[in-house]
Amino acid sequence: MRGFIKLLSLGYALAIYGFIFLPVVVLVVFSLQSTAFPIPPFTGPSFRWYEAVLNDPRLTSALINSLAVAGISSAIAAALGFLSAWGFARFVLPGSAVMRGLITLPLTVSYLIIGMGLLVIFNAAGLPKSLLTAGIGHVVINLPLCFAIIYSQMGDHQINIERAARDLGATEWRVLLLITLPIMWPAIFASLFLSMTFSWDEFVISFLLTRFDTTLPVEIWNLLRSGLNPKTNAVGSLVFAVSVVLAIILELILLRRRPA
Amino acid sequence: MTEALVEMKNISHSFGRVSVLSDVSLTIKAGSYTVLLGPSGSGKTTLLSILGGFLVPRKGSVLIRGVNCTTLAPARRPTTTVFQDYALFPHMSVGKNVGFGLRMKGVVKSERDRLAHEALAIVGLSEAFNKKPHQLSGGQRQRVALARALVVKPAVLLLDEPLGALDLKLRRQMQDELKAIQKQVGTAFVHVTHDQEEAMALADHCVVMNQGRIEDEGTPERVYAQPATRFSATFMGESTLIPGEVTKAKGNTISVKTAFGSFPIVANAEDGAQVTLAIRPEHMLLIRDSRSITFGNARVTAVVFQGSFRRVLASSTTKSGPSFIAKIPVELEVAVGDAVTPCCHIEDLIMLAK
Repeated sequence: MRGFIKLLSLGYALAIYGFIFLPVVVLVVFSLQSTAFPIPPFTGPSFRWYEAVLNDPRLTSALINSLAVAGISSAIAAALGFLSAWGFARFVLPGSAVMRGLITLPLTVSYLIIGMGLLVIFNAAGLPKSLLTAGIGHVVINLPLCFAIIYSQMGDHQINIERAARDLGATEWRVLLLITLPIMWPAIFASLFLSMTFSWDEFVISFLLTRFDTTLPVEIWNLLRSGLNPKTNAVGSLVFAVSVVLAIILELILLRRRPA
Repeated sequence: MTEALVEMKNISHSFGRVSVLSDVSLTIKAGSYTVLLGPSGSGKTTLLSILGGFLVPRKGSVLIRGVNCTTLAPARRPTTTVFQDYALFPHMSVGKNVGFGLRMKGVVKSERDRLAHEALAIVGLSEAFNKKPHQLSGGQRQRVALARALVVKPAVLLLDEPLGALDLKLRRQMQDELKAIQKQVGTAFVHVTHDQEEAMALADHCVVMNQGRIEDEGTPERVYAQPATRFSATFMGESTLIPGEVTKAKGNTISVKTAFGSFPIVANAEDGAQVTLAIRPEHMLLIRDSRSITFGNARVTAVVFQGSFRRVLASSTTKSGPSFIAKIPVELEVAVGDAVTPCCHIEDLIMLAK
C-alpha cells in the first residue's frame, strides 16, 4: 500500500514537472531537427538551425539589442531602486508610506497598460519609437521590483554601521559607496539579475515601443508570423539558455548570502 | 591637566513633547573616565548622543577644547563612539575596520596598517588583523570597536553601554580591561551604563542621572558614601530611608527628629526642613551594641544568601514605618518572621536634603 502511494506521488510529481517543462523540452529537441519542419519524427541531432540563426543578421542584431537593453535598463533600474530604497529607509520623508506604495504600484499593473501609457507619452513628447524608449519602458517595469527587493533587505541594524562610518569622518557619499553599497550588494545583485531576466523575455512593451531596431522576443514573433520553422526553435532555445544562466547566477547569489 | 576638556552648558532637549534633558551642565576633564549612570529614560544616552554630534540639543552648547561644537557633525568633531551593537563594518576585515577612520583622514595605507596593528595590540587582538568581524566572539568585536574608535586619537571617546551585550563574567573582565586601556592611552572616556557596579568600578567621575537631570556627580566613593539626593542613595547601591524633620540647626550640627527619636548629625540644613536619613545596608545592624541607635522593632520579610553575606529585608512594626535593608555576616542566623531590632552607629547616618 505504502509502495503504491509512493508510486502515485512520484507519478503526480512527474506529471506536474512534465506539464511545466514539456513545452520547453519539445522546443529544444526540435531545434536540433535536421529537416525543415519542427514536427515528429525527430530527424536530428543537427546544429544547422543554430547556424542559420547565427548567420541571420536580423536575429543576431536583435540578440545584441536585447542584451544591451536588458543590461543597461536593469543596471539603471537597480541603481534607482537602491537609491530610492536608501532614501525611504534612512530619511524621514513626508507621506513616506504612501510614496512607498506608489513606487511599488506598477508591479500590479499589466505591461500592456504601462506600454500603452508610455507610447502615448513618447508620442506627445515627440520621442520616436526605438530601443531607447523600450529601455525606458523596462526601467519603468523593473524599478518597483528592484526597490521592493532592496528595501526589504535594508534593515535598521545597518543604521548604526552607517553612523559609525560618519563618526569616523566619512562624508555622506563615501558612507554610501564604502559602507551601504557593499553591505547591500547581494540584494542589489539579486534585483539586477531578476530585472535582466524580465527585460530579456519581455515582449509587450518592446513590441509597442520599438520600430526598426528591435529586441529578440519581437524578432521571434516576426519570424513566427511566417510559420513554424526549426530556426524559431533554435532561437527560442537560445533565449531559454540565457534565462537559465541568469536564473542560476541569481540562485547562487541568494544562496551565498550571509544570514543576517 | 585639570582644565576642562569638554564643557556641556545648560543642555535641554526633547523628543516631540517629551522633555528628555532639562538644563544639564557637565564638565569633563582631560584624561578622566566619566561614567553617566542612570535608569533607562534618564537621558544619559541622549546626553552622549549630543556630545557625539548625533543630536543637536534644543538649548545649550557643547564646547570641546574650547571650540563650540554644538551643531558640528560627528565626522568633524574630535569624538568617536563605541556603539552598543559595535557597528563593525561586516564586509571589511578587522584591520580595515580599524583603519577606516585613518583612511577617511587620507592616511596612506602602509601607515594606517601600522597604526591599526598598534591599536589592535593595545586591545590585545593583534592576531585578528585579517579576520572578518563575523569570525570573532562578542568580546572580541567589542575590542575591535574600541580599537577602531581609539586609533584616530579622539579628544573624547564615547561608549554607549558598551558592555550591555556581554554575559556577566565577560562584562566584569572587559570592565577591568577598559579601565586599564583608558589609563594606558590617557584619552578621556565617557561611558554610559545603567549598571551601578560597572559605574563604581570604572569611574573617576561618576554622574548619576534621573529624569533628564544630574542628581549627583563626583568620585564614586563620594557619591556612594555621601549621596546628594534620595535618588542617588537608592540607585547607586541600596539604602534604608527614614524621613525626618530638622529641629535644631546650630552651626554645622543639626538635630533630626524622626519616628524613632531625634538624632544629632553633622550637616547643614535649615530649621524645619523635611529631610531623609539614609543608612547603607552594610551599616545597618540587627544586633545592638553600646554605641548604636535603634529604629524600633521590625520583622524579617526576606533573607537572601549571597555568598559572602546575607541580605536581609525587614519591615518596621510601627505603622507606615520604613523597610530596612541590611547586609549581615553569613554566620548570623536569621529567618523570615524573626523579630529584630534594626540599629546603626550614629556616624553612619547620611542626611539627604531632597
